[in-house]
Amino acid sequence: MTRRAAYEAQQKRRANLIAGVSTALVLALVVFLVPLAPGWEAVRASFFNGEVFVRVFPDLLRAFVLDVAIFAWSVPLIFGLGLAIALARGNTNPALFPLRIFGAVYVDLFRGIPVVLLVYLVGFGIPGLGLARPWNSPYIWGTVALVLTYSAYIAEVLRSGIESIHASQRNAAICLGLSERDTMRYVILPQAIRRVVPANMNMLVALQKDVALLSFIGPVEILRQAGIFKSLLANFTPYVAAAVIFLCVTVPATRYADYLMNRDRDART
Amino acid sequence: MPEPRLSLRGVTKSFGDVQVLKGIDMDIAPGEMVCLIGASGSGKSTLLRCMNGLEPVDDGEVRLDGVDIAEPGFDLTPIRQHIGIVFQSFNLFPHMTAYDNVALAPRRVLGEDARERIEALFARFGLADHIRKYPDQLSGGQQQRVAVIRALAMRPQTMLLDEITSALDPELVGEVLDVLRKLRDDGMTMVLATHEMAFARDVADRVVFMDQGVVAEEGAPERIFSAPERERTRRFLASVLR
Repeated sequence: MTRRAAYEAQQKRRANLIAGVSTALVLALVVFLVPLAPGWEAVRASFFNGEVFVRVFPDLLRAFVLDVAIFAWSVPLIFGLGLAIALARGNTNPALFPLRIFGAVYVDLFRGIPVVLLVYLVGFGIPGLGLARPWNSPYIWGTVALVLTYSAYIAEVLRSGIESIHASQRNAAICLGLSERDTMRYVILPQAIRRVVPANMNMLVALQKDVALLSFIGPVEILRQAGIFKSLLANFTPYVAAAVIFLCVTVPATRYADYLMNRDRDART
Repeated sequence: MPEPRLSLRGVTKSFGDVQVLKGIDMDIAPGEMVCLIGASGSGKSTLLRCMNGLEPVDDGEVRLDGVDIAEPGFDLTPIRQHIGIVFQSFNLFPHMTAYDNVALAPRRVLGEDARERIEALFARFGLADHIRKYPDQLSGGQQQRVAVIRALAMRPQTMLLDEITSALDPELVGEVLDVLRKLRDDGMTMVLATHEMAFARDVADRVVFMDQGVVAEEGAPERIFSAPERERTRRFLASVLR
């Protein structure tokens, strides 16, 4: 072992020891101190009731399938619309100026309204026009509200990605004789989209949680199902169970996205 | 004299208040190799970028095979395939393999699957083993050779080369200059901005010394390098040749 390697091994042992001791200390504090709080017994009974947890979990999981479905059909719509808005905002053709203005207004409007407000306005307002079945479905209009809000965010993320690609890339493509359109499609967009994957993963995690807002306009998805159980059993544990289910999806999803990004990068360097 | 491939008359170009080109006249014959030399900021790169319309000129004419491409509003897209350009910083597309970098423009612009031609170009310039690699997996010299191949795949009649060895480690410069020698042997019309004085002296048909936005002196390389007429040419050469 070289002198340097011996020194680094010693440093590493030291760092591991300190990390282990401090983690154990924090855990001990949580485990021993929190139960000393005067209201702990009541909180444990109403939020961490194992019996209730086991009883409601399968039903919550079934209700969660609806969240996943709403999420799944919203995502392609959000990305399609977001990309269209981003491209509309970036175009420089004077004939398409109205499209550019529309893109800017769209983003300002739907990024500026709280999601829950838009869910109420669109989800109750539009079926209130007296539309016939199935066009008065809260699933449709709830999805529309989510798509409006999130496509405005995604459009801005994509636009920032497009603008982050150095002008020399565009110059190189244009000088080869590629049209503006092909330059965007084959040179700029593929790089821009890769660059904003982490930001978009953030948006997807936020969307996965915001799907629960549709519970306010009718669909019995996981949050509403948890609310029903809460009233039925006079216990808050169903909400904790719902939170656990959300975490089981969002945490692995973000880790998997990180893994994909790293693999993609390693393949090219 | 045959009609020049490229003919510039009174070309001026400003960036803001700074006039970078102050009236350039220049004729480049088919098959000629012209080296632009001069200090940084003398206008070499800008002049090259004006030759293919990447920078629009403020005034003057740029005629490519007799057509004035500097006419405001002229659609440059169709002529860009006749005039290739290679940049100092390679500017390969990092998300594509070397092959895809080269094949994109022939496929989209010429509507041609130029596979055999492209593979032959990679083989000719010693990159056959690297055709499936991504730019980040290649050395600077290899990347720059891919950039040259990418321009050649469009079958240009003229090549503009903007200090293409300036970003390379010294030991990699030679492999890129060898590529230019091969192109010269093919009879390619070339204009290159360069700091490689020995190379310019060796292979150029004509050397153009630029200083502060004008052509200060031009002529055959032997004459420019051994008996410059102008004082500022002498001073520049003394500073770079030591």
